[in-house]
Amino acid sequence: MIYADNAATTRMSENALRTYINAAETHWGNPSSLHITGQNAKGALEEARAKIASLLHCEPREVYFTSGGSEADNQAIRTAVMAGLKKGKNHVVTTKFEHHAVLHTLEQLEKELGIRVTLLDVHEDGLVRVEELREAITPETALVSVMYANNEIGTIQPIREIGEICAEKKVLFHTDAVQAAGILDIDFAGEKIDMLSLSAHKFHGPKGVGALLVKRGVVPYTLISGGAQERGKRAGTENLPAILAMAAALEEALTVREEKTLHLLNLRETLIDRLTEIPYSTLNGDRKNRLPGNVNLCFEGIEGESLLLLLDANGIEASSGSACTSGSLDPSHVLLAIGRPHEVAHGSLRLTLSGENTMEDVEKICEILPQVVEYLRSISPVWKDLESGKAKHILPERYSEPAKEEIRETA
Amino acid sequence: MAINLTSSNPLYSPEVMDHFLHPRNVGELENASGVGEVGNAKCGDIMKIWLRIEDGIITDVKFNTFGCGSAIAASSMATEMIKGQPLDKALELTNKAVVEALGGLPPHKIHCSVLAEEAVKAAVKDYYDRNGIEYDPEQFKEASCSHCHV
Repeated sequence: MIYADNAATTRMSENALRTYINAAETHWGNPSSLHITGQNAKGALEEARAKIASLLHCEPREVYFTSGGSEADNQAIRTAVMAGLKKGKNHVVTTKFEHHAVLHTLEQLEKELGIRVTLLDVHEDGLVRVEELREAITPETALVSVMYANNEIGTIQPIREIGEICAEKKVLFHTDAVQAAGILDIDFAGEKIDMLSLSAHKFHGPKGVGALLVKRGVVPYTLISGGAQERGKRAGTENLPAILAMAAALEEALTVREEKTLHLLNLRETLIDRLTEIPYSTLNGDRKNRLPGNVNLCFEGIEGESLLLLLDANGIEASSGSACTSGSLDPSHVLLAIGRPHEVAHGSLRLTLSGENTMEDVEKICEILPQVVEYLRSISPVWKDLESGKAKHILPERYSEPAKEEIRETA
Repeated sequence: MAINLTSSNPLYSPEVMDHFLHPRNVGELENASGVGEVGNAKCGDIMKIWLRIEDGIITDVKFNTFGCGSAIAASSMATEMIKGQPLDKALELTNKAVVEALGGLPPHKIHCSVLAEEAVKAAVKDYYDRNGIEYDPEQFKEASCSHCHV
């Protein structure tokens, strides 16, 4: 089986798994307890916090452990919105293609508190324009929230430039770095980020654990009230095995990062080159400013769910932005945001690779996928109308993109 | 196709997977007696059914479908259920019967079976229209596509 859905979740690494099991056996104490068992657990907790802080270039006291990326996003947004409202600021700038943990939280706050939200365009390449962001900020703006890298199309946003603008305009800057942590070299302090969300299971750590980094001076909003854990900002006995395994997974991911990136770029570029040879296919999102393991394509005339099921029957596990895979009736908001029409967005495929994938995996995908697309087109009335000229193709027959050499040099 | 066509996926019943991976009656019919096409590419599924009708009996049927696994399976099952049947029997085919024959569908896939029922009806209606056969228009009311928001 070839697992190519690492943006959904990753397998826990051996090291993270061993850390998890060891911690559950050894550090079962409650870090809030005074006795030695408790204080040993506390020591391990703070060690993990310091490790994560050093890996992401922030201070240990700026790391707040959460149950994952969604909780971190919720907490970050409420932190900025609540603080803003106290100062009469009721405006938030974000993008059209944020994760739903951000978009739905903001929709909820629009209804609950009457805040105003500006959704920035992400253009056909899936990239925010910093000048448009600068113009969107008003004196009422309490928060700018732009994801570090998109979860579907993998496009990496100009985080450093956005950090500069927000610092200059004195607006809080949150980034959802769930897809970027463990893969890109994040510099929390250097990139002038005020809040950053991450989730362990995206970098071979366990599920149900993540963190919100919050710059010193910004007081996190308490989403979960109770005990005094996490400096009183996030109650609940710490999930210590998961936290220690997350720290181990992040350290491992960043230790091998450069080597892994080169490997992934090689696989990614091969996949894009070979799969866009399929007529009337296209790459979604910028090819250059892109996570090294992300390939997202659209194929005209077919529907993504049936594509996934046939790939699955052939041992290839991937995902799609098709409506039919989501349980909703609309295709992916990300693909619509980059201007793909509904008909094309339904035929999308996301392949997300990790360091565990090999060139053999890529070869197999390149062998199977064109056959699956051809078969589904052969039974598709939509494809037949396109071929007979009854309907007009939306995508060009041949995909074209910038030179590959340039991409490898700058990546 | 050189690719593998066996799989069990807990999302779908064995019958759905069987009809998805080995769809019956796939293709087109030349000089069909009636052709019906329903759905919308924007919504993510289109079904097209061709009927050959001789002496009031559906002697052959073919389909093409753009859609998810359960849409393809529902089309395949519906064509099996009407093949060799008299027209009035084919018109009695309900989406519920298709769902039952498929061993059930997940709740958000029920509309695929509705499309299958409608595609059969649209093809019969086309046959009636071509041959000037009178019918009750109420019998051929299509469900609205408003659920798609497009």
